[in-house]
Amino acid sequence: MTSSGHALVEVAGIEKRFGTTRALRGVDLSIGTGQCLGLVGRNGAGKSTLVSILSGLSEPDAGTVRFGGEPAPRVGDIERWREWIAAVFQHSMIVPHLSVAENVFLGGGPALVSWRAMRRRTRGIMADWGFDIAPETPCRELSVEQLQIVEIVRALARGAKCVLLDEPTAALERQAILRLFDRVRQLTDAGVAVLYISHHLEEVFEICQNVAVLRDGELVLAAPTASLSKDDLVAAMVGGVRSAAPQASGAEHRAAAGPATATGPATATAAGLEAEAAPRREVVLAVDGLMSDSARGRLSGVSLRVHAGEVVGVTGLLSAGVATIGRVIAGAEASTGGEVSLRGRRIPPGRRAAAQRAGIGYIPEDRRAEGFVALLGVAENTTMTITRQLANRFGLLRPRGRAAAAAPLTSRLSLVSSGPAQPVSELSGGNQQKVTVARTLAHHPSLIVAITPTRGVDVASKELLLRSLADVAASSGAGVLLCTDELSDLAICDRVIAVVRGEVFTEFDRPPFDRDELILATEGIAGTADAAAAPYGAAGPEETARGAAQ
Amino acid sequence: MISRQAPQGPVEAAVTPGGKETSWGPGGAVASWVRGLNVNVLREVALLPVLILLIVVGTVVSPAFLTVSNFAGIGEQSSALGVVVVGESLILLIGGMDLSLESTYGLAPMVAAWLIVPVAAYGAGTDLSPYLGILVLLAVGAAVGLINGLLIVKGRLNGFIVTLGMTIVLAGLQNGIVKAQSLFNLPTAFGYLGSASIGQLPVSLIVAAVIFILTGLFLRYHRAGRAIYAVGGNPAAARAAGIKVERVKIGVYVTGSVLAAIGGLMEAGRVSAVTGQQGYGEGIIFSVFAAAVIGGVSLKGGRGNMIGAASGVILLGIVGDILDLANVSNYWIEAIDGAVILFALVLARIVGGESTAEER
Repeated sequence: MTSSGHALVEVAGIEKRFGTTRALRGVDLSIGTGQCLGLVGRNGAGKSTLVSILSGLSEPDAGTVRFGGEPAPRVGDIERWREWIAAVFQHSMIVPHLSVAENVFLGGGPALVSWRAMRRRTRGIMADWGFDIAPETPCRELSVEQLQIVEIVRALARGAKCVLLDEPTAALERQAILRLFDRVRQLTDAGVAVLYISHHLEEVFEICQNVAVLRDGELVLAAPTASLSKDDLVAAMVGGVRSAAPQASGAEHRAAAGPATATGPATATAAGLEAEAAPRREVVLAVDGLMSDSARGRLSGVSLRVHAGEVVGVTGLLSAGVATIGRVIAGAEASTGGEVSLRGRRIPPGRRAAAQRAGIGYIPEDRRAEGFVALLGVAENTTMTITRQLANRFGLLRPRGRAAAAAPLTSRLSLVSSGPAQPVSELSGGNQQKVTVARTLAHHPSLIVAITPTRGVDVASKELLLRSLADVAASSGAGVLLCTDELSDLAICDRVIAVVRGEVFTEFDRPPFDRDELILATEGIAGTADAAAAPYGAAGPEETARGAAQ
Repeated sequence: MISRQAPQGPVEAAVTPGGKETSWGPGGAVASWVRGLNVNVLREVALLPVLILLIVVGTVVSPAFLTVSNFAGIGEQSSALGVVVVGESLILLIGGMDLSLESTYGLAPMVAAWLIVPVAAYGAGTDLSPYLGILVLLAVGAAVGLINGLLIVKGRLNGFIVTLGMTIVLAGLQNGIVKAQSLFNLPTAFGYLGSASIGQLPVSLIVAAVIFILTGLFLRYHRAGRAIYAVGGNPAAARAAGIKVERVKIGVYVTGSVLAAIGGLMEAGRVSAVTGQQGYGEGIIFSVFAAAVIGGVSLKGGRGNMIGAASGVILLGIVGDILDLANVSNYWIEAIDGAVILFALVLARIVGGESTAEER
């Protein structure tokens, strides 16, 4: 793969077992100097295990890791390992109370710390690469994007020749993603190899020369990106499972998975068709003049309506207040002004319990923090919103009753678990998210507020989650407010509201929504889209494939 | 483009866009240093207004308060506690807690004194020299810390319950070996640290100050000290960065217990005896935690420093002294003492702002 004979990083025949699960089965992989290799796969395909082996944190049961043709250092000898490969993990490996410079040199450096030298060197590396973060800033004051830069600088400071990026865009907004891509190109231009792990196939097509696909612990595909289409990749990732998905709700859900978004058939969702047949039904949610000075994005007077059976998307940059709108309506956060009413009844601000009793379901943004209680079982988490109904008159809950109430919900979402008592902490990310969604559906809300519900979820589960939201709207007449910056999720919406800097910028009221126009709207630019000038990922799969071939 | 780096250590070998290495060469960054310093200094002297307020109150309460001898007395009484606070702060910084420091504070000097004093004074009959006795005292501290550390870190037991159990075991040993007697007539060398003075300045105060300063410098300027903050702030990140998290933690438990033993030696010297009450019987652990927390050391790990811990100790010392000078009735002194410490916590939180706040 490289001109020098030996690949920079080379793994062969890697096997790893956890109990009875074979997490990796004979994986071979190599990355050359200055190359960007994309690694994709569904949740549980073995990506995280491979990442932990490649970064020297765990030892494979069999197989070899070689750097530049030589055997890798002993597992646990992190210092020497980092001279070759350094990982920027999905979960930030930053110590928040320490300064930028200290985090860059965490665990390294001479016995006596020279603060001046440490800061100077950090500043030097930042300057060399065109980054601009003051070395003495405490890391808790940095944004997600800046924290990621600190982790990249940490890798560079150790002289790592390969940087491993694990889901680097998961928490970034679109502009930041573009800047990240520039950084990745800058790295590969300087001869640093990059292993890029992502759920977002368009990103892989955008910056990776080669792509490797893991499925159930096996490497099922490794090829230059230019020779593949997005459909090829999805097929390799999903394998046989995909065809098992019911075809009934058809094209628009395929759109959610990617391929047909921009150019696909203009089929509206089932809910959308009904909405068109009876265009103005009862208003479920009325929001007027909502104000907030939340740290997640301010709101300055947002008004919107959601009708029965309608799926309304709210989109925009992360800082625009998209998540704030969802959180305030769900009562998870107080507002500083404005009114939220559900079916004509005013909802007191900032009181989640009251909002839920009134009928507002909430699928939170950060499922780990708010979505479930990790140590409790699947059934208990799923029925947490309906304990009042399940309890007998003495307030006692029977585990069997709980399991019975949870069963229809979990089977509807194809939640995979060993049983109703399995702790949610043991489930994969996608299944954890299904618990969060099931918990919301359990109390039959008349409005569901979902904030980035598909984040960190694999392609097949994404479809299922989105479809279940659309189905609830169609069947029960509940309204759905989908707050997301993931444009492909908006395919299930009947209307999309674009938010810019805490205000409603424009509204798209007829699907299918043009991806380019949506992107321009979120940037606060009105007008028709120009596909060629669209920032990124706007092109359909054929175009990206062509772009990569050039 | 990138060549294999010489094995001079990863820190010397940054990758740059041109493939060159950057160096640790000289050159000033005074502006940023000053900026960093300002923020730190403001945070670290957060308790200063409270201390000044207390000194004003003390002056009003009694004319004897604002005198050199009174402050020397405060220093002498607080230095033993202060050394234990240093140990507890280190343990809190790694995200742990050690309740058994109060028992180590009693047991270590008791074992040492027991081996030193003659049989007639309830000794063991070994008639150890006081210098060897001090080595034994340090060894007892280190052994207790090592057992705690191994149980908590290697055995993955909960630190709260391990050290709570250890507290009771050690306190039992402290009384058991001497059949609940107190040991008096300690040799001068053994009591020197707690009782001697240089001029008006108690030796214990000097030693405690040196321990505070050295620990503070170590935490700030030694890579192991910085590793303590990393381990307490985000253990996963520390491990991924190559820090030997378990070793750091065990080392800190050992250090903490050794410091508690030294504190115990100071106290024994100050009162010229080792009693069964010293440590656990007096319940000093509340004061230890209170001083650390008032000083802004987080109970969740990763946050705090020695300037804060020292101000916490001084604050408690002045409060105790004012209560003494105000002739508060003995029946009420505990209730008032506890209430004043709680009040100081609230005050430190208000005045100290974020630096003394716990994260939610």
